[in-house]
Amino acid sequence: MARLCIEANYYLGSDVIRAFERSREEESSLTGRDILKQLLLNAKIAADDRVPMCQDTGFAVVFLDLGQGVRIEGGSLYDAVNEGVRKGYTEGFLRKSIVGHPLKRINTGDNTPAVIHTRVVPGDSLKITVAPKGGGSENMSAIRMLKPAEGLDGVKKFVLETVKTAGPNPCPPIVVGVGIGGTFEKCALLAKEALIRELGRPSPLPEIAALEKDLLDEINSLGIGPQGLGGRTTALAVHIEIYPCHIASLPVAVNINCHAARHKEAVL
Amino acid sequence: MPKIKLTTPLNDETVENLRIGQKVLLNGVLYTGRDAAHKKMIELLDQGKPLPFEIKGQVIYYVGPSPAKPGQIIGSAGPTTSGRMDAYAPRLIALGLKGMIGKGKRSPDVVRAIRQYKSVYFAAVGGAAALISRSIKKCRVIAYPELGPEAVYELCVENFPVIVANDTLGGDLYEEGVKIYATK
Repeated sequence: MARLCIEANYYLGSDVIRAFERSREEESSLTGRDILKQLLLNAKIAADDRVPMCQDTGFAVVFLDLGQGVRIEGGSLYDAVNEGVRKGYTEGFLRKSIVGHPLKRINTGDNTPAVIHTRVVPGDSLKITVAPKGGGSENMSAIRMLKPAEGLDGVKKFVLETVKTAGPNPCPPIVVGVGIGGTFEKCALLAKEALIRELGRPSPLPEIAALEKDLLDEINSLGIGPQGLGGRTTALAVHIEIYPCHIASLPVAVNINCHAARHKEAVL
Repeated sequence: MPKIKLTTPLNDETVENLRIGQKVLLNGVLYTGRDAAHKKMIELLDQGKPLPFEIKGQVIYYVGPSPAKPGQIIGSAGPTTSGRMDAYAPRLIALGLKGMIGKGKRSPDVVRAIRQYKSVYFAAVGGAAALISRSIKKCRVIAYPELGPEAVYELCVENFPVIVANDTLGGDLYEEGVKIYATK
């Protein structure tokens, strides 16, 4: 756990680095190209010096895919996860960004607790995914319960509106995680899960993969660009996850990630 | 475009000559502050007490750095979202704050104060925190150590890279830049 927290913050994934390189070629704004160059250099410095790529080392969002054949002994699994977060954020010199009460706002001092999502899956292993999530981009995320009559156009309109409203705040170029369907809370979780997919790998569903491409093109026509100072590269990818929903509902959630699209995994 | 070198503190004439889109390398002292420190500073002003530093001519950098590793001057130190300081900034600008560094758009009130009192808002590259730290040469906490990363630090910087985002003519790079590249 501790190692995953540290590595996610020091080493930007090769999928994101490749996306920066590709975007730099395609970017028409000089300032935008310069910013992408700086982000590539920043990722290299962070990895070489073993320091966080961004000072906001995030809320530790943890996905546990727990094989149903696994038996956890010797204490609480969630306590163990939080102990790992505590150790990783302290020993890795990561910023402690969590307040213990949303209104009293006193820093917990060790970046705990984590936000833990557990999924029970077939098998005999435990897969841990740590996805540190920055506050700036999380703040620009949104959810809306559309009417089914609003359909595909309504979904697209809401995603574009959310990205446009976010503008420069979530540190573009962003990754856009979209959840469509489910209930209110399921939809938000789908959007978060969409963010941990390998960057740019399309949905296995052909109509959803087409929608991802379509939305990416439309987002990159908004002109927001790197850091919101104008340009083509507003988003590096759009990932969509879907789930069945109620006959009366069409929930859509948009979870925005900054360009520090961090996640690391391990299987025990 | 050549980069402009500036040394803090800044005066009216210097900031009046800056235009949106210009790339600037800042030298000298910067003070840090995020939401929590701004709230405390405004409380001091309400009580008629002095601020932790003389604000005339100074530049505030909106940042909450990560902890320094042994041997490091400061941890990673990129800008945070400036909009969260919009409620506090006009009052500090009126008192002589000449510059702010952060990321993201400012409110109409801040843009107005920048124009009225001659100040400037610089954008730093959000997320380029490891790179930016290399231009910070000295760092010490001068107020609110209990706030941890949100404390007020005095930083000495060399060639700290920023872009002029709001100038004294009312220019806004976040508006203008996007207009140029929007194709729909």
